Formats: sequence, structure tokens, C-alpha cells
Amino acid sequence: MNRFVEQLVNDNNPANLEEVGYASNGMHFELASGNNPAAFTEQFTDVKSEKDARIKIAHGTTTLAFKFKEGVIVATDSRATMGNVISSQSVKKVIEINPYLLGTMAGGAADCSFWERVLGMECRLYELRNKKRISVAAASKLLSNLVYRYKGMGLSMGTMVAGWDGKGPGLYYVDSDGERLCNDLFSVGSGSTFAYGVLDSHYRYDMSVDEAKDLARRAIYHATHRDAFSGGVVRMYWVNQNGWVAYPLEDVGQLYYEYHPEIQLTNAVDSPLNATA
Amino acid sequence: MDALFAIAGKDFVISVSDTASARSIVRMKKNCDKTYKLSSHTLLAVCGEPGDTANFAEYIQGNVRLYSVRNSQDLSPSETANFIRNELAGSMRSRKPYNVNMLVAGVDQNTGAASLYRIDYLAAMAKVPFAAHGYCAYFVYSVMDHEYTEGLTLEQGFDIVKNCLTALKERFIVDFPDFSIKVISTNGTREYDLAEI
Repeated sequence: MNRFVEQLVNDNNPANLEEVGYASNGMHFELASGNNPAAFTEQFTDVKSEKDARIKIAHGTTTLAFKFKEGVIVATDSRATMGNVISSQSVKKVIEINPYLLGTMAGGAADCSFWERVLGMECRLYELRNKKRISVAAASKLLSNLVYRYKGMGLSMGTMVAGWDGKGPGLYYVDSDGERLCNDLFSVGSGSTFAYGVLDSHYRYDMSVDEAKDLARRAIYHATHRDAFSGGVVRMYWVNQNGWVAYPLEDVGQLYYEYHPEIQLTNAVDSPLNATA
Repeated sequence: MDALFAIAGKDFVISVSDTASARSIVRMKKNCDKTYKLSSHTLLAVCGEPGDTANFAEYIQGNVRLYSVRNSQDLSPSETANFIRNELAGSMRSRKPYNVNMLVAGVDQNTGAASLYRIDYLAAMAKVPFAAHGYCAYFVYSVMDHEYTEGLTLEQGFDIVKNCLTALKERFIVDFPDFSIKVISTNGTREYDLAEI
């Protein structure tokens, strides 16, 4: 029985987390002091953009990534919302971990950027220690192990790790539950269902790069069209054997007129309402 | 929402698990294997909290394999099940318990006898002839209760599996894309196609 008591007392101590893992190099994730840091922080946080709370986490997203014969396409929107407010239309939701690895951001923006920065550090250390680049599988496992250690502490992230390694294109989904999945096609965020609708009906593994880019752009566009929490610009990356390349940003507002040529932008002066009889 | 069930014969166990992985209302993947090979003749099938399942199963897999390497001998199914139960019982009395349900299927290589252990997230363990976890249990238990006979053949086992899958297809609102059917026998583990059985 004493062992159990001891275990409970030790688990209670945030400092104990340091011993458990990555903090071995002197860094660790600061927790609120007190008996139960997770519960303490939670009462001031809006986890689902519904609660009116002091700490409003940047939320709402459409991100997607898919493997195809020429590599991996990663595309995201760029809107950040805090509650009902659009807090930014120019967020970078693709995180460049290193020249061969990309991470995407959905859920808590701070959680994603912090932990994927840490992942970048771990990947660099791996390179220095092993004199070779880390595989996408290993990198995503590092991330999932990292966030699993903080399970239940209020982390919120749904991320995709995409890259190119010895096995060719690699794509993994990692979330704050500690789940890690490998697949050809993923979409994450509040607009993901809309993106999936477009992607699933037109996705082929043997697409050309232009076809793939077009599909990704359309999927993001349609998600931003229906999901109020997604919008801004389409940010797109292509990962091939030489690393990733970024493409120019495309305003989804412009895309609307491109995809609906029947709708014309009218100048207010030319409007029929202003026409003199 | 995972479907997980198994039926044990005298010298074989049939393990059936669905292959869907869902986040909220979205199916993220439809070909994921929820079973873990612990040794040539032991299989662990898991369901429950996402993250916990894979983490706990990989921890168990690592330790059971480590035992085999250290002792040049595999753990028997009963030893494996008791080890898992003990690990889960320990975890349950910590601040962050694993929320994992399991089925341990195996054939004892010394006696050739098959056995099936059902372990739930509260670390309750029972040696049973057939078992199920999750919502699917509400549908398949009656089928297995009705049709199970002691010392059934593999074909009879497959017939029960087919009826269980029919029950799920007919009455359960969740539509599973596919099932992974594995048979553990004295020859080791073999995967069967849905059309094969």
C-alpha cells in the first residue's frame, strides 16, 4: 500500500515530469505551480472556442497533406480565430522543421509551434549523433512520444508530419491524444470534413504535380468556403526527394472568382442601382 | 467504437478486430491493425482510449519480447496475460491510468492448448472461451453464447464469426470498413481474408 501512496505523491510533483523524459537536456515545459496544474489552467482556458475564458486559444483550421507518386503535397489555410474573432488571416500553419520535414498546425497554435520547434531540435540532434537524416516515421514517433507524456494536461494539437526519407514520401498524423497514424491522405481541423469531401472524390496516387497542387488548392478553397473558422490564403508545399519547396500564397477570395467565372466583380459605380434612368 | 472479439477452440483462437481509426466524427484511417504480436504464438488485441492503446501495447510488446530474449524462452499465454494484468493494475493506481481493453489470445507451445484472456481497463481478467469488447459486445455476445460449443472446429468458429459480423452489419449503426481476422494455432499466427472464411 505504501508503494501506491508513494507513487501518488510522486506523480503529483511536476518536477517528476522532468525525470521522465526529454527534459534530460535541462529544458522543460513550464507548468502552473500547485497541486494539479492541468485542472488549474483548464478553468481559465477555452478548449473548444465556446467558453468565455481568459485564455483564448487560437483555433479553427483546415490543413491537408497527401502522398502521391511525386512526393507529398501539404496545404493549409491561414486563418486564426479566438472565440468568434478572426485574430489573424496570415498565419503560417506549415512549420518547416528542416529542409526535408514539414509539420502542420491545427488546434492550439502555441502548442504546435512550440512542440514542433522542439521536434526540430531533436531531429537536428539525431542528425549530429547518427550522421544521417531522421526518417519521417522516427520523427513523428519522437513527436507523439513527446506529447503523450503531457496527455491530459490540456495540450491541443492535430498535426501532420510530412517529408522524404530513404523509403520515399512519408506522411504521419500525430495528435495530442498520443495517436500516431500513417496513411496516404490526411486532413485535420474544423474544415477537414469539407476538404476530405473534395480530396476523397478526386485523389489518385498517380497524379502529376500540377494535378496534385490543383486538388490541394481546391480542397482548401472549398473548406474555407464552408467553414467559418478557415480562410485567408492557401499556403502550399511540395516535398520531393530534394526537400520541400514552397509555392506563392493564393488568396481564397481571388480563388472564388477563379472557380466561379459566372460571378463578376462589379464596381459600385457601375452597379445597376446607380444607373441613371 | 472499436469492434474487438475472439473465439477460442481447443488448439486455436480466432481474433477479430475492425480496422478503422476514428477521430471525433472523422475516419482518419481504414486499414489499421489493432493487434500486436507478442511472440510467435501470442497475440494481443487492444481497444480503448486513442494514444493509450498503442502506447500500452508497445510497452507490453517490448517487455514480453525482452523476456524472450533474456530467457531464451517465450512466456506462455497465461503468463503473458497475468503480466499484462499486473502492469495494468499498477497503472490503475497511478495518477494517469491507461484506459485500455484487451484480449490476449495464445497457444501454449508446451501443451498445445489454446487460451483466451479478456482484460478490461479496470484490470479485471478472466480466462474465457469467447469474449468481446466495446459496443460490439452488445451484439456479438448473444451470438457467441448461442452458437458456441466446446471443442469446436476452425470452420465452426468461422461460422460464428460470420454470424457475429452479420449481426454487426445488420443492427449496429457504425459501418466498419473492414475486419482483420487472425487465427493463432500451433502453427503460429495466420491472417484470413473476410472472403476466405
